[in-house]
Amino acid sequence: MTENVTEFEPDILAFCCNWCSYAGADLAGVSRFQYPPTVKILRVMCSSRVEPVFILRALKDGADGVLVAGCHIGDCHYIDGNKNAEVRINNTKKALAKLGLDKRLRLEWISASEGARFSEVIRDFTEEIKKLGQNPIKEVKIDE
Amino acid sequence: MKGSVAVVGGGIAGIQAALDLADSGFKTYLIESRPSIGGVMSQLDKTFPTNDCAMCILSPKLVEIGRHPNIELLSYSDVKSISGEAGDFKVKVVKKARYVDEAKCTGCGSCTEKCPSKVLDEYNAGMSKRKSIYIPFAQAIPRVATIDAAHCLYLTKGKCGVCKKVCGPKAVDYEMKDKEIELDVGSVILATGFKPFDPSLLKQYRFDHPDVITSLQFERLLSASGPTQGHVTRQSDGKVPKRIAFIQCVGSRNPRIDRKHCSSVCCMYATKESIIAKEHDPELDITIFHIDIRAFGKNFEEFYNRAQEEYGIRYINSRPPETIVDARNNLSLRYEDFDSGELKTEAFDMVILSIGLDPSDSTRDLAQSSGIALDDFGNIATGIEKPVETSISGVYVCGAAQGPKDIPDTVAQASAAAAKAAALLSKERGTMIKEREFPDEKPLLPEPRIGVFVCHCGINIGSVVNVPDVVEYAKTLPDVAYAREMLYACSSDSQVTIKDAIEKNNLNRVVVASCTPRTHEPLFQNTCREAGLNPYLFELANIREHCSWVHMKEKEKATEKAKGIVQMAVAKSALFQPLYKQKVPLINKALVLGGGVAGMTAALDIADNGYEVTLIEKEKELGGMLKHTTELYDGKKPSDVLDVLTCRVYENNRIRVLNEARLTKVEGYLGNFKGIILSKGEEVPVDFGAAVVATGARNFEPVGLFNYGKDAHVITQAQLERMLGEGISANNTTMIQCVGARNKDREYCGRTCCIDAVKNAVRIKRANSKSSVYVLYRDMRTYGVMERLYEDARELGVIFIKYTRDPEVQYGSVVVHDSMLNEDIEIASDLVVLSTPLVAGENEVINQLFKIPLDKNGFFLEAHPKLRPVDFATDGVFLCGSAQAPKLMSEAISQASAAASRACTILSREFIETEGAVSVVDEARCIGCGTCVAVCPYNAPSLQEVTVTSEEVSYIAKKSRINPAACKGCGSCAAACPVGAITAQHFSSKEIGEAIDAFNKDIGLIEPKTGTVEAVV
Repeated sequence: MTENVTEFEPDILAFCCNWCSYAGADLAGVSRFQYPPTVKILRVMCSSRVEPVFILRALKDGADGVLVAGCHIGDCHYIDGNKNAEVRINNTKKALAKLGLDKRLRLEWISASEGARFSEVIRDFTEEIKKLGQNPIKEVKIDE
Repeated sequence: MKGSVAVVGGGIAGIQAALDLADSGFKTYLIESRPSIGGVMSQLDKTFPTNDCAMCILSPKLVEIGRHPNIELLSYSDVKSISGEAGDFKVKVVKKARYVDEAKCTGCGSCTEKCPSKVLDEYNAGMSKRKSIYIPFAQAIPRVATIDAAHCLYLTKGKCGVCKKVCGPKAVDYEMKDKEIELDVGSVILATGFKPFDPSLLKQYRFDHPDVITSLQFERLLSASGPTQGHVTRQSDGKVPKRIAFIQCVGSRNPRIDRKHCSSVCCMYATKESIIAKEHDPELDITIFHIDIRAFGKNFEEFYNRAQEEYGIRYINSRPPETIVDARNNLSLRYEDFDSGELKTEAFDMVILSIGLDPSDSTRDLAQSSGIALDDFGNIATGIEKPVETSISGVYVCGAAQGPKDIPDTVAQASAAAAKAAALLSKERGTMIKEREFPDEKPLLPEPRIGVFVCHCGINIGSVVNVPDVVEYAKTLPDVAYAREMLYACSSDSQVTIKDAIEKNNLNRVVVASCTPRTHEPLFQNTCREAGLNPYLFELANIREHCSWVHMKEKEKATEKAKGIVQMAVAKSALFQPLYKQKVPLINKALVLGGGVAGMTAALDIADNGYEVTLIEKEKELGGMLKHTTELYDGKKPSDVLDVLTCRVYENNRIRVLNEARLTKVEGYLGNFKGIILSKGEEVPVDFGAAVVATGARNFEPVGLFNYGKDAHVITQAQLERMLGEGISANNTTMIQCVGARNKDREYCGRTCCIDAVKNAVRIKRANSKSSVYVLYRDMRTYGVMERLYEDARELGVIFIKYTRDPEVQYGSVVVHDSMLNEDIEIASDLVVLSTPLVAGENEVINQLFKIPLDKNGFFLEAHPKLRPVDFATDGVFLCGSAQAPKLMSEAISQASAAASRACTILSREFIETEGAVSVVDEARCIGCGTCVAVCPYNAPSLQEVTVTSEEVSYIAKKSRINPAACKGCGSCAAACPVGAITAQHFSSKEIGEAIDAFNKDIGLIEPKTGTVEAVV
């Protein structure tokens, strides 16, 4: 156990669609837009692949935040997959609200050219999660 | 005759032509003079009228070119000359010395970082600096560095040499020389594009002032990847501007500087840039000074209206003669407002010059060296019935090299040129292409044995992430049998190393921790295949773009994160299963709906490519709207074009024509359609692999408007067109434009009506110079080289009056309010001609049969307004002509050939290859609810009646089945299925679930694996 209080660093899982958001994250890298190392990206082909269960599983296991990122509406590589994602993620958010976890889930549209925006979103989400503190489920686990 | 084609120019036109040809079985050389392909489109921020991100839609095409086995990309190369004849051309190409070995360079960028010499960056239109050794932009293909010999310190002064020192793979070679090569090809496609007009030729606009910039520079300012990351600031003082003015037609519609053409795209790009700028900063005040606003394309008028109504962009009908710079260096414009007649002066913070499109230097040089005819404007000359054929048989042209045009028209012409080249060489199809051969796959052991290869990427990863540490950590992960580090995992010697490691260690899953799968996955997948592993047993862990490059100052945390990324990739890959692209046989025949000029052209091009076609026409005779046209824009007789076409169709033994016919039933999917045609009361079955919809449109009947139907002297432009075949007796003709168009009921612009009106006005004047012709218009939209017709008309004395309020038609006269004079004018008229737009035909039936969408005006909706103008979202069905939106005959012909080309990319295949990572249904769990059917945009799942036997009871139940030929692998259905019956293979819930669990495992807490690890580093 360490006594000195280090600042809480959140763990964020980001589901990025292959065609826009993942490419946006790539561009952030190519452009060297720095952001905190709080996020790890899981690539899916389309934001509509993300099941509510994935989000619950990540939160249950202790992720402090979950980001789902897809193409802007109208730009979806699969015509309108992102519209399905929007409905699904918003419903998941509603369900999470009852558990007080809704602020830990975010849906963002990030295009392949928005490298700066990707890093901005990560910085912003990291700050928000820092304010919320650690995922309470994680603490429950530690207590056990 | 050769089965190969040279495509000259690597902009969007050349890219599309090359992809179509390569996909249809031809060896294709794509030759680009700049270090990367992509052309001007790669510099655009967004594209009108949808504001799609330009790079997002272009970049996948760039990658496809780089990867295509049938395409040889010759970048940084100039074509010197073309000689020979159709079927056998010799193309002389100079490969300019880039001083970097393309085969060795990995594109890591270390050289660029260290290079001390800075020069103006042409990608950012000169508004930022790049290094002398550089990769032009992040998504550049090929992704290799080039040394700018004019500025490199070593090459100019013999000093420096730092890039050579830091280059890990030793790719820099200062001794490299230009190399001349000769290509033997069967056909050549010229896609040499345009050159943005140089506004310094018009001194009065003060381009020397830092805050007077071109529209292309403004585009870069708006772009997130531009010099200011998308923040619009002034070049002079870095301040945010509050008032911006656009001046239209800079270098267009200006006979004084020999630029008589309209550049076709500037009105729309200025509108687009204004909208984006307003989205960035809603406080911004934007004014566009214009002559006419030419919003003539599909959804352009709607876009223009939105710019005014939603974004408050101000359009002023005037062309300011100069930019005024005062003693304090402030900018202002003086102009005469044509709508009010007032003279005004206004101050602006920035002036954007909407520069036109000039023919490119390479167009001119090639025309000269190879004897290719140019038109009066300096574009490559073509005929209106042969819009992609040059003066040399076997040499075709597409895109802006043929005349100014926007991206969709360019893409359509590119496919059209590909169709012509492919038809010419159809006998040689498939003779010069190679398929890569791989060894048989090894049987998969039940236990996963994962190999992890962690890349330093020179110093790109290694200087931030502690690579040996990650390797050691990887060795502790479950199922990892082998781990090692690599200097450059993507270099060719590394491929041998990986292959050997797979074989020696009996690996059956491979994880490479390096860069992005979007560019590098196919390379490593092929390495796996060479070692006898299924390509779907591979996973990339991105520790460069997503780690070392974005956490450069947090080395320890970046190393921890890299371990986490590798851990997730390993966990996921352990569950990977081999997947196979299924080969489905296909029918190499096409169906063309509609026997107008578009349908006939499409049918002929497909037949010339060697495939059978059924062409169906609802009327008794072929010909469509062209039957009712009496003169073409260039003065040719329509019958000359029509007779040739119909003759060729009837004489072609690969084309079966069914008249008085309509399609009544369709089932099937890409490559395998079955339909029923009802022709003259008989049902005819038809099998086809691809279909082209060319059902045209019809003229709008302006019943009740301007006394039409009441007064026999009021007729439509279409009626006038027919009457002019015989000649008319009227002395005073008045034409009214935009009747039934650009209004609340019908928002779109009819595109062809201005050109039709001007053409007929000229005909009347030429037949009888004493007769008077008035054209009452809102904006004259004689775009592109059609501007010449407008000029001819004015020279002949046709009088054009702009109206803002609807004119009034009385018996014997028309009253119009002239806003410049601010008074009503009565024009004696014994013939009033109403120019009405084309409206959609009865498209609903076909829309239902093929499940292809219609737009809000009832025209067919293409798959993508920019890059897929003749495709439908449904694979195997294509679109051309006025069924998509109103268009000119030459444009309909281009589109028809384009649709034929796209269809041939399917018909030329031996089989249809499905996606490997498709979704599959577990029928035992499926409850037949149909959620997947509703959610899929490709109609891949369908409910089928299946006999289910359970405990000796048999019953019929509905079960979903996913057609792998139609599935694109997005996984939307798997997420939507309420009972979890659908597996999105390669992205299954199990695979993703393991990765999620691995994400949350604390890296420090994982216990080192005990037992035998055969890891060797």
